[in-house]
Amino acid sequence: MTEATTKELLLEVDDLHVSFPTKRGEVQAVRGVSFSLYKGETLAIVGESGCGKSVTAQSLMRLVSTPPKSGSIRYKGEELTTKTEKQMQKLRGLEMGMIFQDPMTSLNPVITVGEQIREGLLRHQKMSKDEATKEAIEMLRLVGIADPDKRMKQYPHQFSGGMRQRLMIAMALVCKPDILIADEPTTALDVTIQAQIIELFQEIQRKTGVAIIIITHDLGVVAQIADRICVMYAGKIAETGTSYEVFKEHRHPYTEGILKSVPRMDGNRDVPLIPVPGTPPNLMNPPVGCPFYMRCDYAMKVCKEVAPPRTDCNESHYVHCWLQDERAPSIKQLHS
Amino acid sequence: MTQEKLLEVTNLKKHFPLDKNQVVKAVDGVSFEIYKGETLGLVGESGCGKSTTGRTIINLYKTSDGTIRYKGNDVELLRGKNRRSFYRRVQMIFQDPYASLNPRMNVAMCIAEGMDIHNIHKGKDRLERVYELLETVGLQREHANRYPHEFSGGQRQRIGIARALALDPEFIIADEPISALDVSVQAQVVNLMKDLQRERNLTYLFIAHDLAMVKHISDRIGVMYLGNIVELTTSEQLYSDPLHPYTNVLLSAIPVPDPVVEEQRERIIVEGEVPSPVNPPSGCVFRTRCPEAMDICATVKPTWQEAKPGHFVSCHLYEGENR
Repeated sequence: MTEATTKELLLEVDDLHVSFPTKRGEVQAVRGVSFSLYKGETLAIVGESGCGKSVTAQSLMRLVSTPPKSGSIRYKGEELTTKTEKQMQKLRGLEMGMIFQDPMTSLNPVITVGEQIREGLLRHQKMSKDEATKEAIEMLRLVGIADPDKRMKQYPHQFSGGMRQRLMIAMALVCKPDILIADEPTTALDVTIQAQIIELFQEIQRKTGVAIIIITHDLGVVAQIADRICVMYAGKIAETGTSYEVFKEHRHPYTEGILKSVPRMDGNRDVPLIPVPGTPPNLMNPPVGCPFYMRCDYAMKVCKEVAPPRTDCNESHYVHCWLQDERAPSIKQLHS
Repeated sequence: MTQEKLLEVTNLKKHFPLDKNQVVKAVDGVSFEIYKGETLGLVGESGCGKSTTGRTIINLYKTSDGTIRYKGNDVELLRGKNRRSFYRRVQMIFQDPYASLNPRMNVAMCIAEGMDIHNIHKGKDRLERVYELLETVGLQREHANRYPHEFSGGQRQRIGIARALALDPEFIIADEPISALDVSVQAQVVNLMKDLQRERNLTYLFIAHDLAMVKHISDRIGVMYLGNIVELTTSEQLYSDPLHPYTNVLLSAIPVPDPVVEEQRERIIVEGEVPSPVNPPSGCVFRTRCPEAMDICATVKPTWQEAKPGHFVSCHLYEGENR
């Protein structure tokens, strides 16, 4: 995906802030996130639980209870943050589809799956019921469900976990959206089923050219599927780059930390894992400086006091880290 | 191996009744041994019976068939002093650190509960012991008076480990101890478990679905599928020379966090999903998804045999003339 910059820009998120009021104060879940998505690519947003990756994704379709506090989301040049709820409804499903982590709780247990898949078509496209049924059956076939005519009339409980996730994908894609947002789509699945679903994503992308935003904490899945990666930490983006740049040429100590803390199947057992010490900060009261400084081996005085600015390494790769500043002491390359 | 055999499981079965006519065959005849000081990993997908195996060993479930011997004694026949000693020497760490600590008990009570039951470390010694345990697992003594909700997932799992250590166990069954934790925290807990093992000569049964993590911590690994162990060998062997087709599928399904490696990998993707343990396939349980299934697999259950020294497998590919 090196030619990404010449591709058509679909989505542009700029300095997005999302907060939730709670009894004990405001939780600043997303604190200035910017990224863009190009046609036909797969962008992965990775981070630990509570880093704001899911809230970011849900904000794109405005599925969170509080609208973005500030920042902009532009879809094909149109501003989404100022749209009315009615305008958003026209967009959801038609322009952007979404898949959630747990396929059982996101399907309606008392409606047949056929009905649920047709719903988007009947709502968004002036289609007769018969046409919609035909289209839905085609969709089921595309996501690899055998015997689609019969399966249309069944209920979600008659499907296994992996099959339910296929149903979710069919539902999200039935109106042929330009963007598919998948929030931890394989986390609830076993590895052999995960492999099936990832392959399905890749196949569907080849066939339809849909752009995918995948939210996950699993670095293995990311390495397998992503063209570009945003690493999030404490509501901010720590580092963004192509898959190769983030895995092999990362500049942020947090990226380094999560990569070194996971064992690899082809790794040596005698080499101990290097954990990232401590835990992420509380977003009720986020630190003013770099949110990672308490856990960072390279932390300097400035890190505690001032949030690091964006440093561009090249067109596709940028980092928020003071180590990139020319005044910072030089350290040995992170990725040895 | 000349090491001391700590635990010996022979043809263990655990069936749960579903209704009058049906049973869920959660564990359907597994045999393995655990030697003192080693870590045996059990991996498999959800529903393969790995947790049930762990829970049956510690007698949380009664066996349906087969025996579990701890230091030569059948654990289900233990009575009186021996039984108390077994429950003291064998401890468990659970998956969900949120559900496995009583929210109404402070940390000191959580950790000391076992000590109170077994009447050890009484009086002034009790709190000293709690402090010592907290420090062992990387927490502070000030934490003793706090309640579970005040801790993060990783810290709670440390409390769970401290509780398991309170009675000076020899053998710890860890049932998915890190699955609920974030990646950066998982390594902290795994390193702690490894350090404790070295210091105290502990023996672990490490149950998890994350094969990469299991390989990192285990000396030997058993791969489970639908209530059966299909292959058991050292972690190095399992990775470098897997014999059972299911092990191959599992290894191939696990993504490597490296895009360059991923680019070049050939993946074996099996069709379909794990069959129901109520009605497992005849013969070999994996045959319905196996890329190498033969006619015999549907009729004859493969025997559990040592294909290479220390490398056990149950598959027709390694039986009879195929050897």
